Order: sequence, then C-alpha cells, then structure tokens
Amino acid sequence: MDKDRRKFLKLSTVATASLIPSVTSASTEHCEDDFDNAFGVLVDTTVCVGCRNCELACNQQNELPEQPEEHFSDKSVFNSMRKPSVEAYTVVNRSIDSQPSELGSFSKIQCMHCNHPACVSACIVGALTKCTHGVVSWDAWKCIGCRYCMIACPFQIPAYEFKEPLKPRVMKCTFCYDRIHDNKKPACVESCPVEALTFGKRRDLIKLAHSRIETSPDKYYDHVYGEKEIGGTSWMYLASKEFINYDLPKLGEEQIPQMTEIIQHGIFKSFLPPLALYGFLGLVMHSIRQNKKKETENDEQS
Amino acid sequence: MSNHEVPTPINAKFFSKGAIILSFLTLIGALGYIYRLIYGLDTTTNLSNQYPWGIWIAIDVATGVALAAGGFTTAALADIFHRNKYHSLTRPALLTAMLGYTFVVVGLLADLGKYYNVWHPMLPSMWQGNSVLFEVGICVMIYLTILYVEFFPIVIERFMGHVNLPGLLSKYNSLIESFLKISNRTLYRVLSLFIIAGVVLSCLHQSSLGTLMVIAPYKMHPLWYTPILPLLFLLSALSVGFPMVIFESILSSWSFKIKPEIKTLASIAKYTPILLFCYLSIKVADLAIRNAFGYIGETSIESFCFILEMVIGVIIPMVILFQRDKRHSIKYLFLSALCIIFGILLNRINVFLVAYTPPYSTGYYFPSFVEIAVTAGLISGLILVYRFMVIHLPVISIQRVKYNAVTDTPKSESTVKA
Repeated sequence: MDKDRRKFLKLSTVATASLIPSVTSASTEHCEDDFDNAFGVLVDTTVCVGCRNCELACNQQNELPEQPEEHFSDKSVFNSMRKPSVEAYTVVNRSIDSQPSELGSFSKIQCMHCNHPACVSACIVGALTKCTHGVVSWDAWKCIGCRYCMIACPFQIPAYEFKEPLKPRVMKCTFCYDRIHDNKKPACVESCPVEALTFGKRRDLIKLAHSRIETSPDKYYDHVYGEKEIGGTSWMYLASKEFINYDLPKLGEEQIPQMTEIIQHGIFKSFLPPLALYGFLGLVMHSIRQNKKKETENDEQS
Repeated sequence: MSNHEVPTPINAKFFSKGAIILSFLTLIGALGYIYRLIYGLDTTTNLSNQYPWGIWIAIDVATGVALAAGGFTTAALADIFHRNKYHSLTRPALLTAMLGYTFVVVGLLADLGKYYNVWHPMLPSMWQGNSVLFEVGICVMIYLTILYVEFFPIVIERFMGHVNLPGLLSKYNSLIESFLKISNRTLYRVLSLFIIAGVVLSCLHQSSLGTLMVIAPYKMHPLWYTPILPLLFLLSALSVGFPMVIFESILSSWSFKIKPEIKTLASIAKYTPILLFCYLSIKVADLAIRNAFGYIGETSIESFCFILEMVIGVIIPMVILFQRDKRHSIKYLFLSALCIIFGILLNRINVFLVAYTPPYSTGYYFPSFVEIAVTAGLISGLILVYRFMVIHLPVISIQRVKYNAVTDTPKSESTVKA
C-alpha cells in the first residue's frame, strides 16, 4: 500500500507538473527597451479640432458597420460622453468642462495598447497578446467569451458583441496591425488633417512630447499621460490642463497585473506550496490512521 | 467504534409538493437557458460593455463554488483528520459538491459568449499561466473529475451484485459486474489520494476566485478591494462548508421525515464560529490597515450591502454558534446556517457586482428576468437531482429510530427532543 502510494504520488506530481505550464511571467519578460522601441501614438489634444475624420477612417479601415459620411460631421454627438463600442473602435469626446463654443479640449479615445496590459494577463486562453510592435491584439479563434478582459481593463475599452448569439467578438482598436506591418501609419493617424496624432517609436514620442511642453509651457500642462501610467501605454496624451476624466482616469504607476501575478506565482512557485500541502495532509492522514489502528489493536488485545 | 448509522437509499416518493414546484422552476429555467443559447446574451441578459459580468458569474459560479465547499471541508475533517463521528455527513456533502460543481459548469456555459470553446484552456497551446481565471478553470475541471471518482464507490455499493439490465442489454450484466468489481478494488486503494488532491485543489481555486477581482483595482469599491481577497475567499469558503452540510441535513430530514442527526450536527457546528471569528478579525484588520473604515459610514448601496453582509452573514451566526446550548437546538442551528449561507451569497454578489464600478457608467446592472429564471432553474434542478440521487443511492445515513410521519410538516423542536 505504502509503496503504491509513493509511486502514485510521484506519478501525480509529474502529471500535474506537466499539466499546467511553467509559470514564468510573460509581462516581465520584456525589458523596458522593447516598449520604447515599440510603436506608439502621441495625441495632442490641444491641436485636435474634433473633426471626427479619424473615426470615419477607422470605421472604413476596420470594416465596421457602414455609416453615412454625414454621420461623422454631426457635432451633436459631443453633447454626451461616448465610449468605444462594437460599432466604433475609436471615438472623439469633448472635455466635460469646456464650453460648447470653445474649440479644443477634444480627445480621441481608443485602446491604449498598454505596456503591461491587464487584459493580456487576465485572458484565460491567451487570446489577447502584446506583440513586439506594441500592439495588443485579439485572437478570435482562441477566445471563449468570458469577458474577463473587460473586467480587467482600467480604461474600459474592450467592447463585446452581446447581440451576436454564436460568434460574439471582443472589439477594440487593432492599432491597424496590418498597416503598421506594411510600414504604413494607422488609418486614424493618416486621416488627421491637423496632425493632432503623431505615429512613431514610443521612445521618440516621449521625447517629442517633453520637448513640446518645454517649448510652450503656457500651452501645455506638464504631464505626458501614458508615459508612466500603469507602467506605460503605447498611446500617450498631451493636454492644456490636467486631464483626468472618464476616458483618462487617474492611475498610479504600478502595472495592473503585478498584484495578481505575484499572488498567482507565489501560490504556484515551482508547484511547491500545493505539493507541500498535499504532502502535509497525506502525512496527517497516514499518522492518524496508524494511531487509530494501534488503538483498535490494543482494544482487541485487552 | 460502533456506528449504527448506515447510508441507505431513502424510501420516499420523488414528486412531493415541493418537488413539483421545483420542477416547474427548473422547466422555466431550462426554457430561459435554451432561449439564451439561440438568441444570445443581449436579448436575454442585462449585461453590457459597462457591466460585463452579472449574476451568472456572481451567483451561479462564484457562490456555487463557495457553497460546494462542504464537500472538501467534510472530507478533510472525516477522512484526513479521521474524525469518524462525522462520517455520516461525508456522503451528502460529497453529493452536494459533485452536483454543485456540475451546475457551476452548466451555469458558466450559459454565460460564456462562445460556450462551445469551453475546452480551450485544456489545450497546452492556450495555457496562460498569468491568468487567474485559467488556474480556476483548470482546478475546477480536475476537481470535478475527482468528485466523480470519489462518488463512484457509492454507485458501486448500490449496484455491485445487483446489475440487472432489462431485455437485450442483459447480456452485458456480467461485464458491467466485473467492471464494478475491478473499480471497487482499485478505488479502495487509491481513494485517499484523490481525497487529499480534492482538498488541495479546493484550497487553490476557492482562494483564486478571490484573486480574480484583484486585477481591477481602479474599478473596485475600497470596502472590498484588498490584495488579501484570496485569503478572505478561502476562509469564507471554509466557514460555509459545515453550515451548508448542516443546512442540507436539516432540510432533508424535514423533507424525508427522518430524524435529524442533531448530535453530529451540533458537534460539527463548533468549528464554524471559530472560523467566522478568524474571518472577521482578518477583515477588520484589513480594513484598518487600508484605512477603509470610513466607507462603512457613507450612506450608499455599497456601505449598506457591506453592513448587511457582515452583520447577518458573520456576526449574528458567530454569536449564536459560540453558545453551546444554541448549537444543540435545531432551530438555532438552521437559522445560523441560513445566515452564513446568505452572507456568502451576498459577499460574492458584493465582490463581483456591487463593488464593481466602471469609470464610466450610465446606469446600474440589475439581472433580467431570464438571468434570474436560469439561476433559479439551476438551483431547483440541483435540488431535484439531489433528491433523486438520495432516493436511489445510499447517501443519507438513517438512524434506526424513524420519524412518525403523520403530520406533513414536522415541528422540528418537539420531534427532536422526543
């Protein structure tokens, strides 16, 4: 019995160890250099005029439901806040406190393509990945539709095709992955008539942002949103005043997946904690059983 | 050790008044379930991009898993720590856990957008070691298998030597008989290994269910957001294990008009207030360290739910169960078990739904009729299958003194004392 038991223990160890992948932290594998070399976009909200050309270009590029072009010249949409949805990967919002007559204070919102994306860490099947270009992309085939990515995203970006009964998709900005791959700019960047959007290496964009702030300190609030927020994002923002709103919430510098990954990898450190618990319980069970056996033997003898 | 109680199939009619009502609820739930599969989540639920998770996750999955904790806690106590007097409770607890987890999976399938991809986490090419959900999924999958293995001896016990298939199938009788015999011998040897594995896996995923929401620090209300959520989830699951066993045992004794095992139940209840006290202390310490006490005083839905959860789910049952004489009263045992179960339900709803506040929202989430119907249907269905199983399989231990079932609704107090 004891021998069998040990054999089984060994077997089950091997079995479980091979069952679950080695838990190396995917998001800590990248060195910071990788992120700086990755692509990004700098959004200068002081330049944006709210023309919504980027929205139109995005919808066309991603073959989102056809909308008449007049739809995109309708300025009344700015009266309420919008969020990216299954019909629009990007939307332009007007800052809440700006007067209707005032220009400026528009900001384009889309997936931020974080350096350490919470959605990627959360995804149960690795359907969301962060690739070296900086793009966070989604794999339709892997996805099981648990929507944990939506819970995890601090910017509330991924949208879900709840209306689709059979093949619902997680919808969000693709960073025009195919275009980047072909050395082209993302569609929205190319469509912007006032160059509010600058596409480039993240490292260069950070430099550019800081030099803009330096040259016209009156125009800009001294903060590059996305440079350090939650460990950095590929899309970064400049603004004329402190720009904390629903779209760009106040976030710390700590990477969001850090805490859960520390907990997870702590519990599963080389599978030692679970195995130790297994061994301990086995020992307890065995020794108490032996004691009881002795007791009954003694009882029988007496 | 002399144990007079032997698990036996209960001699009762399946369709009692309650069972008919439950069948009705199950039917409505099943229709809702089919409706969801055909028409999708948008038509049938109130889920949205703002609130991507609803009661199917908070109740069917999270609460379901927590309430199935009776299985591993009882197994640990009776089989690993060899507290033999609790052996009569292990089978009902095991059955609850097995059915509980089965219905968790059924409920989860309704919620998954692509339910037909539910097997994906099993593929090595899709393993994602950083994902808490992945760990929960794998653990639940293995644990569910273990539960079926642990339950199989009960099936063997019922049918070994009595396999008698009708008609054409009768030629397989001896084949099945020998299969049962071989399984019986093998299982007898290795069952304890499965039992320990079940306890380890339970500890892992019960806690990890709490880790799930740790990934949304900026969306969670500070009353519930804490890095020690996994510890709190594990402790609360441990606390609800025995109360769930007590709750069920009393309910089935009323339903089947058998004498409740008051001594065993009172005895197993003594662990609960200690666990609740640990839970309460850690919760208070956590709130103090995070400086979150102030949020209890604010008048909001969140603070109200928090107070309700703590007072009804933890403090009241803890105070009741710390008193020895109250533990020996069926009424108080049942009441406190009910409180704790309600507390767990509310806690899971709070963590997954009430505490979840997206930065931008245009309203609140409240479950739709179909969502509620499916959840109610799943619970009713579970109770019905449980009833069916205990009528046909040796699960519940009956004391030799039988209830005199003259009255339809037995007055618990008087009959117990008699």
